[in-house]
Formats: sequence, C-alpha cells, structure tokens
Amino acid sequence: MTRTAFLNARLIDPASGFDEPGALLVEDGRIADLGPRLFAGGKPDCPTVDCKGQVLSPGLIDMRVFTGEPGSEHRETLGSASEAAAAGGVTTMVVMPNTDPVIDAPSLVDFITRRAAATARVRVLPMAALTRGLAGETMTEIGLLMEAGAVAFGDGDHTIANARVMRRALSYASNFDALVVGHAEDPDLTTGTAMTESEFAMRLGVAAAPAIAETIIVERDIRLVELTGARYHLGQVSCRSALEVVIAAKARGLPITCAVSAHHLALNELDVGAYFTFRKVKPPLRSEADRAAMVEGVAEGAIDVIVSSHDPQAADTKRQTFGHAAFGAVGLETLLPVALGLYHDGRTTLAHALRTLTSAPADILGLKIGRLEKGAAADLALIDPDVPYILEPSDLHSRALNTPFEGRRFMGRALATFVSGECVYDRSKEVR
Amino acid sequence: MRGAAHSPILKTSHLLGTEALSVDEIVGLLDLAEDYVALNRAAEKKTAVLKGCTLINLFFEASTRTQSSFELAGKRLGADVMNMSVNSSSVSKGETLLDTATTLNAMRPDILVVRHQDSGAAELLSRKLDCSVVNAGDGAHEHPTQALLDALTIRRHRGSFEGLTVAICGDIAHSRVARSNIHLLSKMGARVRLIAPKTLLPPEAGRFGVEIFTDMHRGLEGVDIVMMLRLQLERMTGAFVPSTREYFRFFGLDREKLAYAKPGALVMHPGPMNRGVEIDSVVADDIDVSLIHEQVEMGVAIRMAVLDALARGLPRGGRNTP
Repeated sequence: MTRTAFLNARLIDPASGFDEPGALLVEDGRIADLGPRLFAGGKPDCPTVDCKGQVLSPGLIDMRVFTGEPGSEHRETLGSASEAAAAGGVTTMVVMPNTDPVIDAPSLVDFITRRAAATARVRVLPMAALTRGLAGETMTEIGLLMEAGAVAFGDGDHTIANARVMRRALSYASNFDALVVGHAEDPDLTTGTAMTESEFAMRLGVAAAPAIAETIIVERDIRLVELTGARYHLGQVSCRSALEVVIAAKARGLPITCAVSAHHLALNELDVGAYFTFRKVKPPLRSEADRAAMVEGVAEGAIDVIVSSHDPQAADTKRQTFGHAAFGAVGLETLLPVALGLYHDGRTTLAHALRTLTSAPADILGLKIGRLEKGAAADLALIDPDVPYILEPSDLHSRALNTPFEGRRFMGRALATFVSGECVYDRSKEVR
Repeated sequence: MRGAAHSPILKTSHLLGTEALSVDEIVGLLDLAEDYVALNRAAEKKTAVLKGCTLINLFFEASTRTQSSFELAGKRLGADVMNMSVNSSSVSKGETLLDTATTLNAMRPDILVVRHQDSGAAELLSRKLDCSVVNAGDGAHEHPTQALLDALTIRRHRGSFEGLTVAICGDIAHSRVARSNIHLLSKMGARVRLIAPKTLLPPEAGRFGVEIFTDMHRGLEGVDIVMMLRLQLERMTGAFVPSTREYFRFFGLDREKLAYAKPGALVMHPGPMNRGVEIDSVVADDIDVSLIHEQVEMGVAIRMAVLDALARGLPRGGRNTP
C-alpha cells in the first residue's frame, strides 16, 4: 500500500464549502482521510508533502478541450495538452470530437482512451460527436459510444443547423440519459464573420454577426429539450440575451446547464485591438455589457461551469489577416487564474470559483471526482491563489502558444498537481 | 516649391487610415498635394524627391486606377517602382500574406503600397516589415488616399470644409471609401450624412457621429456635395437589394434626386462607376456638377504628397542603407 500525507494545507472542498486548515492522507490513489485534526498527534510515517498553508483543492475538470490528435498533431497532442493541463491544475479534461477523423465511432473513442493512457499525464475523457462526421445530418451510435467510454455528445464548435436532426438526436439521446452538449451560433447568420456586430467591428471593417445568432439557437435548443426531455449542456454561453434564456429555462425546471469560456469572462471585443488574431475565438468576444453579464452569471450560479475552450492553433493559421485567421485560443493554463480573478475582484468566494471548475462539471458529467471526500480519487491541485505574475507565452506548456492573455497580470496559479495521488506537475521543478 | 521639405508632415512612418490622422497632418498633406497638382500640369513633371528609393505596389485585388495612380506618383517623384499583382491562387498554395511580405521585405523596399481584400492587412504588414506601408485599400476598413484626394477635390472647389454638408450614398456597409471619408470629413469640420437602404448600412453607423437617411430625397436636401459609392455586382442581385433597377429607382443618383440638393451641389464617385445602377450617365457626364475626372487627377497629386511625406521620415539615402 502506498501512502502520501499532505500536511499544513488549506483544505477547500468546493462542493460542501468546507475551507479549513488541515491535512489529507492518500492511500493507493484515493483520499483515505482528511480534516483539521488529522496527524495533529504527530508526523505520519509515510512520504509527506508540505503544503505550506496553500490551498489544496480537488483537481480541475475542464469540460472543453480541443487537441490535434488524431490528425493535427503539430498543433497539439493528447500528451502535450495534458502537460498544459497539469501545469494549470487540471486533472481531468474532456476532449472534443473535432479531430481528423472525427470521434464518431466506438473504435475512435477507444483510440483516444488508449492514446491518453499511454501518453497523457491527466485523465482524458472523450466527448463523441452527436452527428456523423460533424455533418449535422445523421446521429451517431450514442449507445455504443457510451459503452466505449464517451462521456457526452456534441459537435464541438459546430451548430447542428437542422432543427429536425437536433430534435431526433436529443430525443434518442434521452433514451440513454446521455448528456448532449450544444454549440450555439446560427450558421446562416455567422458563416463568414469573425466578430460580434458592433461599432468596433464596423470601424475595423471586419465582417460581423449579431450576438443574437447565439440566442436564436439557444432558444431553439431549449424548446427541443422541453419537447424531448434530453439532458442538455450549453457548451459556451457568451452573451446576456442567451444567458437570460438559459436562466428562464432553468426556472421552468428543465434539465439544462451551461458553461462559459474563461476568455469570455476576461476579455471583450475591444481586446481584438489592432486585429490581434490570438483574440479571434468562437463565439467571438462580446461587448463589455455581455462580459459583465457572464461574470454576474457565474457569481449568481446561473452559469454552472467555467471552461478553457483550449484550442491550440499553429502559427501559420494565426499569422493571417483577421478574417482569414483560424478561430481559437489556448487556455488550459489560464483557466484557473481567470477564475481566481473573479474571487480577487470580490465577485465570488474562493470556494465558489473553484466549484465551477471541480464539483459542478463533475456533477454534470456524472463523475465521482471533483471533491475532497473519503474514498474519492486523489486528484488534487495545490494552489497559491494570491501569487502575482505576468503571463509570458514562453512559460506555457502547450505545443501551441496562441494565448489571448500575453502580458496579462494575473494573481494565482497551481503550484503542483496530483492525479490519483501521483504528482504530475511541480512548479518548483520548473527550469526556465 | 521645395521650401517645406524635411519638415515632418506625418507623425508616423505609415499611412494606414484616416481615423488616426490629425487635422494638421491632413492639412499638411493637402497643402503639399497642391504643389504637385501644379507640377503635374507643367510640361516637366519629374522631380528627384524619391531618387534612389524603391517603391513596391503590392496588389492582392485587381485595381486599374489606384495602382496606376501610385505607379505614376512614384515615377514622377523619381522612385524605382515595381508592381506586383498577387492573385488569390498563391494564397491557396499555402503562402500566407506575411510570407509574401517578408519575401518582398528582403528586397529592401523603402515604401510598400498594399491593397488587400481583408481588413487589417496593411496594419499586419506594417507591424512585420521594416519599410513604410501605405494602405491602398484593405477590405471594408480604410482607403485613406481616396479620402484625401476627395478632400483635396472638395477644398479646391469650396475653399474649406467648415459648414459643408456631404452626403455619402450607397453601400456604406462594405465600403472602405465611406469609412475613410467619414473620419476625414468629420475631422475637417464637415457634416456627414449617410444615405443607403438598411441592408447596406451597418446597424451602428450612427456611432460615427453622422446623420443617417434611408430616403434619397430627404437625405439630399440642402447637401453641398453628393458622394456616390460603387455597388459591387455580387451585392446587387437579391443578396442585399432585390435588383439593380429597384436600386436605381430608389438610390441611384439622377437629375430628379439631385434637384433636392443645394443648388450648385457637386457630385463625386470613386470609380469605376456602374452607370444606370448607382448613378445616371446624365449626371455623371455633366461637367458642371461632376467632379469625377478631377478626382482622378487629384489622386496622382495626393499620392505624390503621401509618398513625399513618408520619404521625409526615411533615413538619409533610404531607410535600408546599412
């Protein structure tokens, strides 16, 4: 039996709101015991980790990670993404099916699982496509894919344009109580556009779509959820009007949850500045009013989860004019600092900020992780919530460096990360 | 006429748009261009202001008049001018805009004039290249030399911009000419009106500090200058307006609509014109109201002024001399 004791920690269990100094004991990869009085009588006779009073939290669960494996390994592999994840305090990442080939068959789910087991430092859970080839036409084998290990179903950053296809997919998914993850951008309104319609986009002369392109699809999907009873998670909400629709649906008792991307919490459309393509994301950055509404949504609990929407892009697809550059920004290593920003700004408690990254996504995915409790997997993040620093792209571990936060001042980051009690990242060993 | 030489007119080493220009910079360029209007009307049209300088015209979008105008401007100033027309096929071969640009950069030009179909292309190049960059039109963003030549044309006829009302009519949404003119004319004290069907007008256009009209009769009332915009063919048939004949009926400039403007109002068009779509030939060819040919003449002069002003910022003997 292997044991590790974490001493002198500030234990935070976001699900229960527990936040006290104490110790935690890991036995064979699981949390065996924890609490303020553990080891009060003396040092344990096993290897120890001195937490030096810093926060020991459940490891983060990122519900929205794009990699390039299979098909675009030059952008990111499961292995390289997992290094970024570990450095960001993320112990579980849900990887999106938007690869080449698309993850739309059980053998491909199996491929992801095996590759992750062989190469990744953190847990990797595959999301499977909801329609074959992400074409939005025919549904995938939801039952077989679930058996193979798919934790959710969605077409990634594609919206299923056809309401009939979406209705049937939701209806069929509800047989298996499968979680459907939607993406909301009306393709008829957004195709060929790169920004949110606004005065700023007009001045830049960049083709733009109104933010309601999101709201229209969210309205539609929620009506279909009402019709079919499927469990639905909106992969990213980014504008106030769409969030209002979600809030109203939740008030009606519909099985709906939603997430917001860290960049939609921390940046607005003006951050595009002089056509900075690293800030071209999907959906595009919104107005300051929308950004503020997203922060409010997280603070009030209307938004359940914060995700990174980590989307690594190679230099050649970003060194283009704004209209032609690829969408996407890396985010695994800035997810935690952005969420901590809400705490530093006085918008949430520390436990609430962490809840959106741990127990909330675990509950939506139906996973027994994301909590500090006896018997749970010892997936842990040791966090200094207050350390100030300036983000340098060269400090990132991702294979791609397209961060929208270059030069940004942050407070707080992961010091060390543990999966099943094994250290997968230790910042004190960084050689820079 | 070279008395003012080597006093800085532009504060930056690039001309990317009119939005960032100050009134002093605009007046400086217009004054310098007046000198070149005179020179261009003389028998001996050549000077040595840009002697030894290399000017590259990099055009990703077909353009006859702007490209030839810059070419002539560069040659009359004594520069070595190279024209490069890059069709979109080389982009599809995988070469990025920056690949093309860095290749050209290695040839050590002093000034790069660029036209590109994407907004922000000139800005991107200016950040990556060592030479001065002139934006000859980027997507729906800006076309600063067009606005400057329009301003020069207006100033020569009206003396100043204060108290003038200028109506810009047509496809505002997709027009870089409209944006550059709105910024420049507003700075110079003119009142700007935009007249267009709502499908060709950005919903936030009022944020430019202009008056918005969707009716030509009301919009043209009391206007001093009518600036027509070209309607791109692909936007005419059903996508943004139902048909060319419907567009001409309600938004094309003919004598009947022009009669609503102030008596003696002048008509401008950046060219090339779609006769019978946005403008009636009777108006376009009326030498008493149409400034269209004069705009072309002013174009060469203004581009000479811009190249001259930028060259004054170059190190002596050319920026790229070791």
